[in-house]
Amino acid sequence: MANVHQFDVIVVGAGGAGLMAGLYASRGARTAVISKLYPTRSHTGAAQGGISAAFGNTEEDHPEWHTYDSVKGSDYLGDQDAIEFMCNEAIDAVLELEHMGLPFDRTPEGRILQRNFGGHTNNVTGKPVRRACHAADRTGHMILQTLYQQCLKNKVNFFDEYQVLDFLSVNGQAAGVVAVELATGELHTFHAKAVIFATGGHGRIFEVTSNAYAYTGDGAAVLLRRGLPLEDMEFFQFHPTGIYKLGILITEGVRGEGGVLINGKGERFMSKYAPHVKDLASRDVVSRAIYTEIREGRGVNGRNYVYLDARPESVMKYAAADGRTNPDGSPFTITAEELLKKLPDIVDFNRVYLGIDPMTQMMPIQPTAHYTMGGIPTNKFGEVVTDDKNTVYPGLYAAGECACVSVHGANRLGTNSLLDLIVFGKHAGLRAAEYARQAGLPDLPADPTEGARAQFEALRNGSGKENAFDISREMKKVMFDEVGIYRTEKGMRSALEKIHEWKERFQQVRITDTGRIFNTELLNAWELGNLLDVAEVIAECALNRTESRGGHSREDFPKRDDVNWLKHTLARQRDGKIEIGYKPVVITKYQPKERVY
Amino acid sequence: MQVTLKIFRYNPEIDKKGHHETYQLDVEETERILDLLELVKGHHDGTLSFRRSCAHGVCGSDAMRINGRNMLACKTLVRDVGDRITVEPLLGLKIVKDLIVDMEPFFDNYKKVLPYFINDSPLPADGKERLQSPEQRARFDETTKCILCAACTTSCPSFWSSDDYLGPAALVTAHRFIFDSRDQATSERLKIISETSGLARCHTVYNCTMACPRDIHITKAIGELKLATLTGKVD
Repeated sequence: MANVHQFDVIVVGAGGAGLMAGLYASRGARTAVISKLYPTRSHTGAAQGGISAAFGNTEEDHPEWHTYDSVKGSDYLGDQDAIEFMCNEAIDAVLELEHMGLPFDRTPEGRILQRNFGGHTNNVTGKPVRRACHAADRTGHMILQTLYQQCLKNKVNFFDEYQVLDFLSVNGQAAGVVAVELATGELHTFHAKAVIFATGGHGRIFEVTSNAYAYTGDGAAVLLRRGLPLEDMEFFQFHPTGIYKLGILITEGVRGEGGVLINGKGERFMSKYAPHVKDLASRDVVSRAIYTEIREGRGVNGRNYVYLDARPESVMKYAAADGRTNPDGSPFTITAEELLKKLPDIVDFNRVYLGIDPMTQMMPIQPTAHYTMGGIPTNKFGEVVTDDKNTVYPGLYAAGECACVSVHGANRLGTNSLLDLIVFGKHAGLRAAEYARQAGLPDLPADPTEGARAQFEALRNGSGKENAFDISREMKKVMFDEVGIYRTEKGMRSALEKIHEWKERFQQVRITDTGRIFNTELLNAWELGNLLDVAEVIAECALNRTESRGGHSREDFPKRDDVNWLKHTLARQRDGKIEIGYKPVVITKYQPKERVY
Repeated sequence: MQVTLKIFRYNPEIDKKGHHETYQLDVEETERILDLLELVKGHHDGTLSFRRSCAHGVCGSDAMRINGRNMLACKTLVRDVGDRITVEPLLGLKIVKDLIVDMEPFFDNYKKVLPYFINDSPLPADGKERLQSPEQRARFDETTKCILCAACTTSCPSFWSSDDYLGPAALVTAHRFIFDSRDQATSERLKIISETSGLARCHTVYNCTMACPRDIHITKAIGELKLATLTGKVD
């Protein structure tokens, strides 16, 4: 058969998780990484603020504190065994990156420099702790570059600009994937013993987002259509500080370095919502606070934004008010020059997109759709699990943002996403290679590309009455307004009605580009199909969960309800409908209690 | 505001050669050129093809010529370039379709400079990080910012004349490792960039520095590499 490639392990996606998986799998098995982008274009590169590990390089810290903070951050929905595993592995994970050459910023002693981040605390004093290891405000960029470089050094096989379209299985066992080569339009079958999905998130469902165009939920949607469940899809993180209207991320590191949020009346409002750590509360708390300020008329000039103030004199003023000091106890001071070194890209984004200088002006910000907490259910070794008993799907793995371990539960702490990529990418790679050493190569289905061809045919043969771009725009707006930071039954029911309507209309889309070479119109339309499938799952799960927890805030059910809802959601697509089941949360050391920041 | 957007078009499955098409658009002056391309693709001609991903200047997908200069379409606003805008593919790489060029020669050059950290000596006895002072770290800070968008390399006349030339981006990568106090492959890298397809082809035209969307002083970095090959010293 033409275009059939055989490997032991296929990794889909070349961001942090995919590269880490590829690096580790290739040490023990014949491995290839396929990616719809050149690997260095992956969205890991947009991560800014840091990766956390409890080194305690400048002050006391412990993996146990990191674990507790992450459990609390998750609003007790994260699985505590997995969280503890990740936080214990964090130190070695970050050291491994350093040993691979990652240029972390340094302390005067030459060790990795750390900064504050939301929700990361000294568990004794309750004060913020410096746990986020960083390379200026481009930590994700440096992780992506370093891992890609190490993959080149270790001669990992890459298929760049290959878009995954379908997952192949035989008798409930993974057998490979089908992908289209963008440069030729040809379909390729990657026949393998093990498949690792590391395809990232799906923030492009929302109008205002920090996410790349590529973030279209491909892996989640492909597996959903093949009958696999998705976990906790109602939990989506809105990052508090996106550039107004554009949604471009302004790292939490700005607040970690002492920046504060200011409303239209000039008030530092976070003291009201999080009296202890104020601007460094977890993201769900801060985003709701901003939204509340705006709704109660305290946005700037009555508009939908507030200010992030990182001017050195403001940073010093509020540091003094909070009693914040340097690690040695001396008063905290900072100059514009020092801030510029710590946050060069943030300064650049403000200059380019807003024409303002954050050293002398405040930044207009609003919450932006940022991170997918839910996803393909896995255990802590990256093995995909398919039911409430955590039954492993042989040969199928997932890691990174597309996966749900679950270490983020209902709300992820800043810096834990990069940690997740490194820790679980590695273990997925190791496990997949180990599995491939024992497993035989399964047979391929008789016509492996049949499913992929059918999906493309539908897009080529629609009536042409509908335009994909318009459907996409409508979806983003409605999802942001009705299935966003605050949710109500009424809003979500109306969103679901529209989702069904868009899915109908999507059948009427016809691609005008009949060519094979870089048919980006076809691919973008196919991606929209993924977004619609995932949007439906999100809205159904959010409507179903009648409580508020972490990133899921129901105005009609404002309280967390541990009696009925301390459980994961598992959603499947069956006969065109979403079917919802549940899975218990793993609780080891920390019983749920009220969450106060 | 009304803008006239002229876009280079070439469909290899239909066209013998490229041509320009012009679109009249009503847009905000704060919109990105990428937003305009998306609008054209969404509402005027779905066949228009270009690469893009992050849309805020950090992934390096959408480098192209905008009014004759290499820029990222997502990091260039309408108000930066005015109401008559011409968008064309990068020069010096084969045009594949519309604004998409063949990136392989670019990445091939990148791969030639050993673009990865090399230090085979044992890890510190405590298993922790290799120490590096803030000053040592600052020495190569700027060249770690490169996003491999190719804006620099495809603005370079030496690269236009021959894609054997490593080009500015690969040299920036070499700089990032050569000036990293922890890396141990300096002499191999200096040898690679001293060959005829390396530093000697840089004639200090400064196009690369002007083109870099990450504000890397590429000509300065290449100058430091030239000095290192002449003196045999890296400091």
